[in-house]
Amino acid sequence: MRRSRAETDASHTKLSRRAALLGGVQLLFMGGLAARMRHLQVDQADQFRLLAEENRINIRLIPPVRGEIFDRNGVQLAKNVPSYRIVMVREDAGDFRAVMQRVADLINLSPEQTARALEELEDNSAPFLPVTIAEDVSWDAVSAVSVNAPALPGVSPEVGSTRVYPRGSDFAHVVGRVGRVSPKDLEALENPDAVLRIPRFQIGKINVEAREEDLLRGTAGNRQVEVNATGRVMRELERREGQSGADLQLTIDAKLQNYVQARLRGESAAVVILDCEKGDVVANSSAPSYDPNLFIGGILSRDYDPLLNDKYRPLVNKTVQGAYPPGSCFKMMTAMAAIEAGIIGPDDTVYCPGHLEVGGRRFHCWKRSGHGWVDLETSLKSSCDVYYYDLALKVGIEKISAMANRFGLGIKHDLALSSVNSGLTPTKEWKLRQRGADWVIGDTVNASIGQGFMLATPMQLAVMTARLATGREVTPRLIKSVNGVEQPVKGNGPLEMRDANLRKMRKSMYAVVNDRRGTAYRSRIIADGMRMAGKTGTSQVRSAVVDNKSVPWEQRDHALFVSFAPYDNPRFACAVLVEHGGGGSTAAAPIARDVMLQALYGGEPPLDAYPEGDRGRIKAQQRALRDVQPDARIKKGKDQA
Amino acid sequence: MSYLEHSVKSVPTGLRKVLFLNWPLVLLLTAVAGAGFLMLYSVAGGNYAPWAAPQMKRFALGLCLMISVGMVPIWIWRNLAGLAYGISVMLLIGVELFGSVGMGAQRWIEIGSFRLQPSEMTKITLVMFLAAYYDWLPAKKISRPMWVLLPVLIIIIPTVLVLKQPDLGTAILLLAAGGGLMFLAGVHWAYFATVVAAGVGLVAAVFQSRGTDWQMIKDYQFRRIDTFLDPASDPLNTGYHIAQSKIALGSGGWTGRGYMQGTQSRLNFLPEKHTDFIFTTLAEEFGFVGGMSLLVLYALIVVFCVASAVMNKDRFASLLTLGIALNFFLFFAVNMSMVMGLAPVVGVPLPLVSYGGSAMLVLLLAFGLVQSAHVHRPR
Repeated sequence: MRRSRAETDASHTKLSRRAALLGGVQLLFMGGLAARMRHLQVDQADQFRLLAEENRINIRLIPPVRGEIFDRNGVQLAKNVPSYRIVMVREDAGDFRAVMQRVADLINLSPEQTARALEELEDNSAPFLPVTIAEDVSWDAVSAVSVNAPALPGVSPEVGSTRVYPRGSDFAHVVGRVGRVSPKDLEALENPDAVLRIPRFQIGKINVEAREEDLLRGTAGNRQVEVNATGRVMRELERREGQSGADLQLTIDAKLQNYVQARLRGESAAVVILDCEKGDVVANSSAPSYDPNLFIGGILSRDYDPLLNDKYRPLVNKTVQGAYPPGSCFKMMTAMAAIEAGIIGPDDTVYCPGHLEVGGRRFHCWKRSGHGWVDLETSLKSSCDVYYYDLALKVGIEKISAMANRFGLGIKHDLALSSVNSGLTPTKEWKLRQRGADWVIGDTVNASIGQGFMLATPMQLAVMTARLATGREVTPRLIKSVNGVEQPVKGNGPLEMRDANLRKMRKSMYAVVNDRRGTAYRSRIIADGMRMAGKTGTSQVRSAVVDNKSVPWEQRDHALFVSFAPYDNPRFACAVLVEHGGGGSTAAAPIARDVMLQALYGGEPPLDAYPEGDRGRIKAQQRALRDVQPDARIKKGKDQA
Repeated sequence: MSYLEHSVKSVPTGLRKVLFLNWPLVLLLTAVAGAGFLMLYSVAGGNYAPWAAPQMKRFALGLCLMISVGMVPIWIWRNLAGLAYGISVMLLIGVELFGSVGMGAQRWIEIGSFRLQPSEMTKITLVMFLAAYYDWLPAKKISRPMWVLLPVLIIIIPTVLVLKQPDLGTAILLLAAGGGLMFLAGVHWAYFATVVAAGVGLVAAVFQSRGTDWQMIKDYQFRRIDTFLDPASDPLNTGYHIAQSKIALGSGGWTGRGYMQGTQSRLNFLPEKHTDFIFTTLAEEFGFVGGMSLLVLYALIVVFCVASAVMNKDRFASLLTLGIALNFFLFFAVNMSMVMGLAPVVGVPLPLVSYGGSAMLVLLLAFGLVQSAHVHRPR
């Protein structure tokens, strides 16, 4: 569309006219702004300067109350207690060194504490923010400071709250702990909440405290105060309370956890007990543990070094952080892979001469003399290795690993714990990528009995057992409710495997514990309706087969036991790992029986649940444990009141 | 099309275009951004992190973007105007449906790691589309009701979407910029009188709706307006911002307290001291002289744009340039009025000075269009 020159020019003239008009209006407005600026900054400057200097309104943040943590029955696991501290606003103190010295004399601070406070006061990065100069002071110190306030400009007592873990070491590996915000914590956040900059504010450092930080922290409130020229608070104008953090209820049963932790004393071990119905983690114990209360105000190296140097590694949460070769506990997976694929039937037999030649290498069964002809049930019961070597060669590693994944091995479970390990279910592709080497047949043979590259955490083994026991995709959960609102049960659908096969596996596991020739027969439960089914595992740490007692602790085998009970109506699934404990049947299975009975009976089980020959020993053990169990002591005082 | 009526031959081509950029404008923009870096460095307590350094990087990026946009012929931008407007509206609807909520409002949309604020973009695409519309519309039709209704719809659609986010500040800017463009294009006076009347009616309706279940704006927005109308009524909540802002500004005096010496902006915990209220810090630390200098820089930017537009015989180009200049003016005028207590607190940043990547990039992109109009003007 072509326009005439005249039309174009006419419209351009009109445009220019209006542009000039609008531009003029804009300039006029800017003139208005300039006049306003002059009015505020020049005419009224003195008045505003006065306001700024003499009577300024200040907003101080009120730290939110951190959510508390409870066990499934409402037992408190983490709480807040009031603590008093003395703070100083350096800019308001004038000669802050002199004031600091006066405070130190008044409330008897050690030279060390004084030096540390001065160091913090000299840091310029946060002007006008109160600096804590003495922490956890007594009420007497608070009143002394208040009485002497005129001589101590800028100094004031404050009441805060600090975290306490009444259950001490029992829950270090579940609840975790809080600590002061470190510069590293701040850097990790893109847009840190202002409350994190409050001196000595505490945030979750590990486990539930850290993973559920957003829920637990809450939001800060603020108080608006009028301050005078020296910065002293004249009056509080308004106070807006923040939102406290949410209270969390865990799925853990504190009483059971306490028993398990006591039962594991002296070992480097881990126990996970799952509720089969919802996947609730009712106990998650890693021994030895440590007292998280030591860490809250900053741990002293006197306390820290022994924890760090302990060869039993108390700082590591072995239930989810530790990945171990699952040993014979893995045999159910190899068997399931084979019978689900229809490669063998449960009643087909394999001859075990005590070893199998594969690719020119001889793979031994743990029993050198061999088991003879074995079917699925006998092989599991007596833990024959050759049977599984044979299955694995027929099925192949890919199917075995895929089956293990469906049972929750090699998968990182979403739990509110720190450093959850995903374990490892190796595949050909994995080995090529990670190790740069081709998969060899010997790797399959090793993997079939849970050795070689295969790795699993006790948590994963417990999940596997719960899935075997129920045929459902039991998924572990640790948070039961948030502020009283029940959290959803995660994935609990059917596994979609043939029922007959699952039943066969359960029956075989039953035989492991209850058949006279089963490897865990000595750890059976004889109470009706409480029968346990399980599988022992002994995973090698070194390659040569040597008697465990003749080698140092670090080289002994790991002892494992997975189990579920009651056999006909599974309620709990359990995995026990004893690091370098020797054999699964001797070191792990007895622990599993004790903790399982404790879970089934909801407390100390009657002696007649144990086979007769064991009762004397168990009675003595129960008596000994009652003494070291804080729960038992608390029970005497509190529950009766 | 009007472009073709003029001689194309003398328009520079290739890399030579760089020489024909509106360099004074580039310098002015850089100067304003420089003032921004200074202030961001200061409010962070003398640190490049967390604001000054990223802001510098974004400005450098934005400058490159501006020059690149400026090298592309203006008629290409005109042909893209409808598409750009369409995309903006779609994105605004996208925010409504999938956007993430930040500070009580739904404004962001995330594409990968990139966060986009479509309402920012819309300020420019709306102007572009209206300029293209009036470039296409024959002069005699401009004031006919049908042809007035159409641009009104073009303005209203994004405005309503932005208002729903809710982002009152941007909605007002869109309305004002759109209306301004219609005025520049030559729409008859009478329409504006009508709009003003309708606007008064709408304001009345909004206030009538308060407390009923068809309440049209959020409670906090009402409170801000109340506070503005009567700051003394509520000196500690929303009035607090204005009161503190005025104290900080006023205490600056003639020459200010000196760089990094402002106590108020540091003390008063204004939540947005690095974005919407950054002018208070500047005015406190550099006083009336500093504040006026920035205002003069802004005024010069507007003047250079208007001059470039008036010299430009291409209708789309001059309308676009004027529209962008108007947008820019509205930005800083609203922000400054707000911090000086002349307007209610609406979330409008100080252009090129406040911290914020999206706003800065979009603004420099817009000035890229101004450059393109300038470089490719008919000679």
